[in-house]
Amino acid sequence: MRQRVRSAWLFLAPMLLVLAAAAGWPLARTVYFSFTDASLSDLDARQWVGIANYVSVLRMPSGKVIYDGLLLDPVWWGAVWNTVRFAVVSVTCETILGMVVALVLNAEFPGRGIVRAAILIPWAIPTIVSAKMWQWMLNDQFGIINVVLINLGLIDTKIAWTASADTAMAAVLIVDIWKTTPFMALLILAALQMLPREIIEVARLDGANPWQIFWRVTLPLIRPAVMVAVIFRALDALRIFDLIYVLTPNNAHTKSMSVFARENLFEFDKFAYGSAASTLLFLVLALLTILTIRVGRISLEGGR
Amino acid sequence: MKVFHALLALSVAAVLAGGSARAVELSIVSGDTGNGLKVLREILDRYEKVSGDKVTIVAMPSSGTDQFGQYRLWLAAGNSDVDVYQTDVIWAPQLASQFVDLTEATRDVVASHFPSIIQSQTVDGRLVALPIFTDAPALYYRKDLLDKYGAKVPATWKELGDTARLVMDNERASGNRDIWGFVFQGNAYEGLTCDAFEWVVSNGGGHIVEPDGAISINNAQAAAALDMAKGWIGTIAPPGVLAYQEEEARGVWQTGNAVFMRNWPYAYALGNSQGSPIKGKFDVAPLPAGTGEGARPAATLGGWNLAVSKYSKHPDAAIELVKFIASPAMQKYRTLKTANLPTIQALYDDADIASQQPIIPHWKDVFLNAGPRPSAVTRNKYNEASSQFWNAVHKTLSGEGSAADNLADLEATLTRLKGKGW
Repeated sequence: MRQRVRSAWLFLAPMLLVLAAAAGWPLARTVYFSFTDASLSDLDARQWVGIANYVSVLRMPSGKVIYDGLLLDPVWWGAVWNTVRFAVVSVTCETILGMVVALVLNAEFPGRGIVRAAILIPWAIPTIVSAKMWQWMLNDQFGIINVVLINLGLIDTKIAWTASADTAMAAVLIVDIWKTTPFMALLILAALQMLPREIIEVARLDGANPWQIFWRVTLPLIRPAVMVAVIFRALDALRIFDLIYVLTPNNAHTKSMSVFARENLFEFDKFAYGSAASTLLFLVLALLTILTIRVGRISLEGGR
Repeated sequence: MKVFHALLALSVAAVLAGGSARAVELSIVSGDTGNGLKVLREILDRYEKVSGDKVTIVAMPSSGTDQFGQYRLWLAAGNSDVDVYQTDVIWAPQLASQFVDLTEATRDVVASHFPSIIQSQTVDGRLVALPIFTDAPALYYRKDLLDKYGAKVPATWKELGDTARLVMDNERASGNRDIWGFVFQGNAYEGLTCDAFEWVVSNGGGHIVEPDGAISINNAQAAAALDMAKGWIGTIAPPGVLAYQEEEARGVWQTGNAVFMRNWPYAYALGNSQGSPIKGKFDVAPLPAGTGEGARPAATLGGWNLAVSKYSKHPDAAIELVKFIASPAMQKYRTLKTANLPTIQALYDDADIASQQPIIPHWKDVFLNAGPRPSAVTRNKYNEASSQFWNAVHKTLSGEGSAADNLADLEATLTRLKGKGW
């Protein structure tokens, strides 16, 4: 037994080493930088400042006390709220739509192979390309979306989709859902195809209608696979950067946590502050993942 | 040490004279737009013939903000793969410590450039980049439409608003549904800082941060300038202008759907290119002035420069390359091909340029009105200060809070950013 454990560790060692070098070390560096006053102009001149980047208290000579730091920065919390809102809405829509698409594709019909391949196209396009493509389609003056809506008589003046505060987030959501629904559909379809046909047959013989079969039989059986897909997507959505960065003006209405971190890290002379934002982003991600896994498992065990 | 330098210079000169004997490999990074990269390649081909060196171009995205982030990262990492950086006029104070001092090497040529541009690239007495072309925006207007309605070229923003309204309303009434009065750069990015800086300066509202470091933006004339711009959105400017950068504005303009546009010189050559619907129908003028005390036409100084990385393995060869690209002959070549404004004063009186790019001598007036953004005084904090400024402007234009409130908030934010000093 001990021999087996030892060889298991031996076989795992290369992977662990690579992981430590590629993920562990940069993460540790980022966390470390967040406790310093590092600047990209001269990284070596950094000094330890404790938690000042997260929260600091400044006593002015006048006796006034000013609280400062990332944890009190309204721009940061705005970015957190934007990201979480984006993640919840996009993952929910993508899961429901992906489920519908997967159920349709699971049925036998002629030309199914072609439809399956076709539906994957949005997922296959690199995000930057699709963001740029949609940017032109959503353009207020020449965009095809406005032209179609006007010709259909649905709107009478052209909408500035990405410029207006009311529609910018909606535009980001539309593009993300368009892009990622195929991914969800594919994962759910894979789960559906693993289901033993006999169970469905039995349920049908017992007189269950299709609705009951879906809710009582299919859904509980594919739930583990769906949960994995949801966690994947949620992690991805919480890191959202490229789509928002390319598609919308860089303002408070759509700024995500990653956009905020990048801005501070590389554009402003605030490498340490950006590192603190990255560290918090990592903590938020880790927390939500653990939460999702916990919630997912409980409902798994509770289900029939 | 002096002797050593002299020897070094001598040996470099000897090798240079020897031609291809040296054969160093250099790389230059640039995010130029339009046919800028093609022209740069042509210039480099000539340099390769003269020097025997090999120079490769590393192409970058056109957004200055994206370039800056990448360059800062490379420089912080001490990357020796890139020898020469093409830098924006506002970057010098922020990246100065990572670039080679060119003062000695360019002593013989700096006097031919505009002193104000050389000044903008000098940080703590070190010349960190050599200018290759400059940029100053102008007001583009549709000659044919102004003539049609008997309007003259506006000299103040008020006149611009009135004329835009008049032409736009009449054109729309006669069936031209998509026409707008005025397009500019309203997206939340450095371009909006440039545009709004002009509105504020032209209205006598100060320079956001004055050369002595004082934060002057919270004043009634600056607020009036922003209120005026807010009044354009949705009336003479399309609501989508809040997401426009240079190319989106040019898109509306060049399809013939705008009476006025604020843009850089590059749009001139493109607007008159083969197949352009507005070819020969437009002209340029200095940007309008505001009203009130201290009002005058203003333009934001732009432009691009070449800097040599401190981490380059061949700094001397790189400096030679920079001097070659910035030389009068190559600046002239570039101007003839791209209509970029030269930084060498004598070229504005050059006969070939005057005959092939007649707009260039004309643009000298625009350039002389141009002033720098407060990048020198805010130093390392410029990007953040600029970002706070464009956010306040973008909020005002989007109708979130009044100009006066947003500028008061901006003053507080900038004061905090300034801390004990810029």
